[in-house]
Amino acid sequence: MIAPVQVRQSRPEVLDRVLAVEDLDAYYGGKAALKGVSMEIYKNLVTAIIGPSGCGKSTYIRCLNRMNDLVPGFRQTGTVRYHGQDITGSDVDPVAVRRHIGMVFQRPNPFPKSIYDNVAWGLKVLGMRNDLDARVERALTQAALWDEVKDRLKASALSLSGGQQQRLCIARAIAVEPDVVLMDEPASALDPIATAAIEQLMHDLKQDYSFVIVTHNMQQAARVADMTAFFSISRGDEGERWGELVEYDTTEKIFTAPADKRTEDYVTGRFG
Amino acid sequence: MSSMHGITRADMQAVHLPRRRAVNRVMEVLATLTALLAVAILVIVVWSVAKRGAGALDLNLVTKNPVPFAFGPVEQGLANAFAGSLVLVGLATLMALPTGILIALYLTEYAPRAVRAGVSLVLDVLNGIPAIVIGIFVFGLVVVGRGQSGYAGAFALACLMLPLVTRSTMEVLLLVPGALREASLALGVTRWRTTLSIVLPQTIGGVLTGTVLAVARVAGETAPLLFTSSIVGQQTEWSPAHALQSIPVAIFELSESPDPADHARAWAAALVLLLFILLTSLAARWLATRGRRRLSTSR
Repeated sequence: MIAPVQVRQSRPEVLDRVLAVEDLDAYYGGKAALKGVSMEIYKNLVTAIIGPSGCGKSTYIRCLNRMNDLVPGFRQTGTVRYHGQDITGSDVDPVAVRRHIGMVFQRPNPFPKSIYDNVAWGLKVLGMRNDLDARVERALTQAALWDEVKDRLKASALSLSGGQQQRLCIARAIAVEPDVVLMDEPASALDPIATAAIEQLMHDLKQDYSFVIVTHNMQQAARVADMTAFFSISRGDEGERWGELVEYDTTEKIFTAPADKRTEDYVTGRFG
Repeated sequence: MSSMHGITRADMQAVHLPRRRAVNRVMEVLATLTALLAVAILVIVVWSVAKRGAGALDLNLVTKNPVPFAFGPVEQGLANAFAGSLVLVGLATLMALPTGILIALYLTEYAPRAVRAGVSLVLDVLNGIPAIVIGIFVFGLVVVGRGQSGYAGAFALACLMLPLVTRSTMEVLLLVPGALREASLALGVTRWRTTLSIVLPQTIGGVLTGTVLAVARVAGETAPLLFTSSIVGQQTEWSPAHALQSIPVAIFELSESPDPADHARAWAAALVLLLFILLTSLAARWLATRGRRRLSTSR
């Protein structure tokens, strides 16, 4: 018996939609990982995706910039509209999609280059060569890393601490001026101080970007997100499991007055 | 120790401990001896070649051309063979290296899994084809009707190098963490640019290792050159448009000569070849460890 999915959206009317996902199913090698996800993501907000392990959170945000194209055996149905244009078709160039929708990953993955080149390389390759130094400085400043690295820009990025590396990855992602920044559990490998720094910079930067952050830390979602989506695992008759969107609403609503019993159980810690 | 883990002294005696210990000891000694045998074979080969070749090893060997039918002592050497081997192996590397890297890039970065497995198998089979068969193949393909040439010889050697270069390049490409590729692609950078600027620079050490090993392997190949680049004069020849003498073929021919001085030169050339292969193998080893260290710090 599958409980009916209840998605309430008490969104403020003034907001622009950046992404509109409709009836998204995702499969790995024929096995469903996500079914029937529909949700809209709004401009200049931080949208958090929460839910238990295996509920398809990461799969979901990787659908938003075609990162799953790289996974052998992956298939998806449904539409993902970016400013009204469907970006899921094979006629859409995933390179162009990712140019507008950037991503920061769970584990910091700086290039084995200098700190400066980590930020500058993308700019150079994408033809944003004018004012290179200024662009690098601005990105590093926005990522709250400039003061720590300004005297050693030529040092290897691999010499930085984990938290600094992750902020460098954020600087690298925002330097190329994307519209949306997807973050797949960006703080899961970091200590609380580094986590706080990243949460702060999301808060400061959301006037320029739209963030979607996957986290399994509910406090983090409550702290940084304007909107929160709760994903959960559904089980079929033959024991198959897939993720689905249970509830999507303002963060306040999700954490104080969730409409769905499963959301309530999860946010109050009674899950599982 | 009577009741630890519930095992009593009586239990241990019941399972023939002395006999099992003896078998263990025998197998250990046997395994050690076979390992020593491998080392011994190398030492004996190097020693016997060095003993016989060192006498004829002088500067003339690499600077003077051979003088056929020489009566009495004449200063002569195998300069034409050294020059020829240099050109042949160099040209073969120029053919096999870019091709091998591109094949490896296609297989690891672009090809579907099934294609990668299939082509890898083909490469392994190609690697196992006897060198003489490659020689006949190139003879039939290139030499018949056109005659022997350095190009034909180099092409035959390149056929032998290709699977070695490709496989070793693939191995290091697969070691490059996927997270690095994702980092670049997520910026909106194309696949090819990612491969060229982010993935490939990580693999230089491994590619060099494979190349050096392949060079060492084909530098000593005789069979593929017999059909493709062996009908040669005694003069030093640099142009691959003509058939080129090479060290292995020269050794083979000198070994059939009735003149003991020719035998001595053959041993000396063999010694040079052996030293070259030993040195390049050590260099490959050094490059490999360096390359691996670079990869492991980039996680």
